Amino acid sequence: MFLLILKRLGLGFITIFLVSVIIFTGVEVLPGDACTAYLEREAKGELLEICREQLGLNTPAIERYLSWSYNALYGDLGYSLSGEKPINEIISVRVRNSLILAVTAILIGIPLAIILGIVTALWRDKFPDIFISTFAIFSMTIPEFISATILILVVAIWLNWLPGIVIVSSNSTVLELLPNIILPVIAISMVMTAHMLRMVRSNIIQVMSSDYVQMAKLKGVPYWKMVFIHVLPNGLLPAINIIALTIAWLLGGVVVTEVVFNYPGLGRLVIESISDRDLPVVQALALILALIYVGVNLIADLLTLVVNPRLRTLQIRK
Amino acid sequence: MVNQNQISKLKRVSEVLISIFSRPSGMIGFSIVILHIIIAIISPLIVPYDYKEINSLIMLRPPSEEFIFGTDQLGRDVFTRTLMGGRVALLVTFFGTLIAVAWGGFVGIFCGLVGGKIDDIVMRIIDAFLAIPWILAMLLIVVILGTSTQVLIPALGFFYGKGIVRVARAATHDVIARDFIMAAKARGHSNFSIIWNELLPNVRDAIMVEGAMRWSWMLLAFSSLSFLGFGVSPPTPDWGLMISEGRGLMSFAYWSVIAPIVALSSLIIGINLSADAFAKALGIDRTQKAPV
Repeated sequence: MFLLILKRLGLGFITIFLVSVIIFTGVEVLPGDACTAYLEREAKGELLEICREQLGLNTPAIERYLSWSYNALYGDLGYSLSGEKPINEIISVRVRNSLILAVTAILIGIPLAIILGIVTALWRDKFPDIFISTFAIFSMTIPEFISATILILVVAIWLNWLPGIVIVSSNSTVLELLPNIILPVIAISMVMTAHMLRMVRSNIIQVMSSDYVQMAKLKGVPYWKMVFIHVLPNGLLPAINIIALTIAWLLGGVVVTEVVFNYPGLGRLVIESISDRDLPVVQALALILALIYVGVNLIADLLTLVVNPRLRTLQIRK
Repeated sequence: MVNQNQISKLKRVSEVLISIFSRPSGMIGFSIVILHIIIAIISPLIVPYDYKEINSLIMLRPPSEEFIFGTDQLGRDVFTRTLMGGRVALLVTFFGTLIAVAWGGFVGIFCGLVGGKIDDIVMRIIDAFLAIPWILAMLLIVVILGTSTQVLIPALGFFYGKGIVRVARAATHDVIARDFIMAAKARGHSNFSIIWNELLPNVRDAIMVEGAMRWSWMLLAFSSLSFLGFGVSPPTPDWGLMISEGRGLMSFAYWSVIAPIVALSSLIIGINLSADAFAKALGIDRTQKAPV
């Protein structure tokens, strides 16, 4: 068991290392560097030299990669080009804002998805299932920017219930942010819930048709007792991994949603830094997002291993 | 003489087609997709106005007999632009999907077949690419290389192929231990011959279904890029771009966003329904797949 955890941790580190290499070489191989990108047309002669000097772009790439990754390991991501502020400072506020959004969406989305998934599976092909499943297909296939735009149009403009666009600065306190996150949270959790509920549904249907549940039925176990004791524990186990993957997917989808609602989170920072061609910030963001992705998946893997002993022996035998 | 093999192939294709069209979801889905493709091809011939003609006298007119869907903030006909708005998107995502299926399928089958060190290394690299959010990678490429279709097609094709690698590899693992693969190996066939003649026919279904699904995600990615201002450049009509342009004024000119919203949503839903029906017709369960 301990060895298994170590192995998983090792794999996670390898992935992070590869991501840092890919991002670094990606930025390196593409034509131009941080200075030409930032200075644009003024990128010539003295100005370019000074900029390169300041950023240490004259040293070889491998040396720069080593010092960048060494500093990143100690939590120092360097300085941004435009604001000349440490990247840590810029990013930490945005991480907090995005976390508020994501955590709220997850807290609403996960229980809702599990309950709806159970309902749709138990009443398979009946009215509740058809209604909820159809709605789920719509909300998971329509792009985030469309559902967000429709939400703004209907709730904010036609019904006039809530403000459509967030107009707080990124440094405002949590309490100031809270009233503004209602619409973004609805937009995000709609998609998330739809994905998760579809998978919870199919898992439970699978378990319901398994031999031991049939056996329980034949033995005369009362229906609800059977559902809660025999079906749900096994049917919901794979949900842990699904939730992890959904959270990872959230990282990409949130970018668009944050832009639509003008929400000052990580996603909007991605767009802003790319529009400004602030490559050090882009590198740092990629590293952080990859770290979250790997971390969430790792936690989910370990959690399933802890909860499901069958998987443990299977993995060790492999 | 027509050979026996071809007859059985034709029979299988017609069986799958019948199975798709006998489901309501497949019927509706395929009809929507085919309608969109037809409109995309013939729209330049049937649209009533010029898509890029700016006319300040008729800005933001509500829907009327003259302009069925109204006009936008520059006085352009929304109906014309909506009909033509899917052309670039369909072109880019169609060829992007072909590239994704080709390289993803080949690498996946190859890794599944050879296994060992090569497999380990490739899968680690794929994992690393999966950990980078698609939007960040795409934005970076687009900002530095531009937004032409020559950049977007291979870029989208590459990023959406890495998921297919996993599916193709898993499908290969399912058939690799069967006797006919062993026999081919024992006969001394090359890896390439085994992939082409033995493995591909067996994993093709799984790859094709995955490709159909990737198509809808790629379309979503493409229009998100346009929406964010990193996709096709104006005045080319594109749904994502139209929605982002009309968004600021939608409190009094909702018609300029409604039409592209309906068009884009219907196409994506159509592709999804078709992919689902296609999967069911081939007997593949898609609901276990995670949204990566």
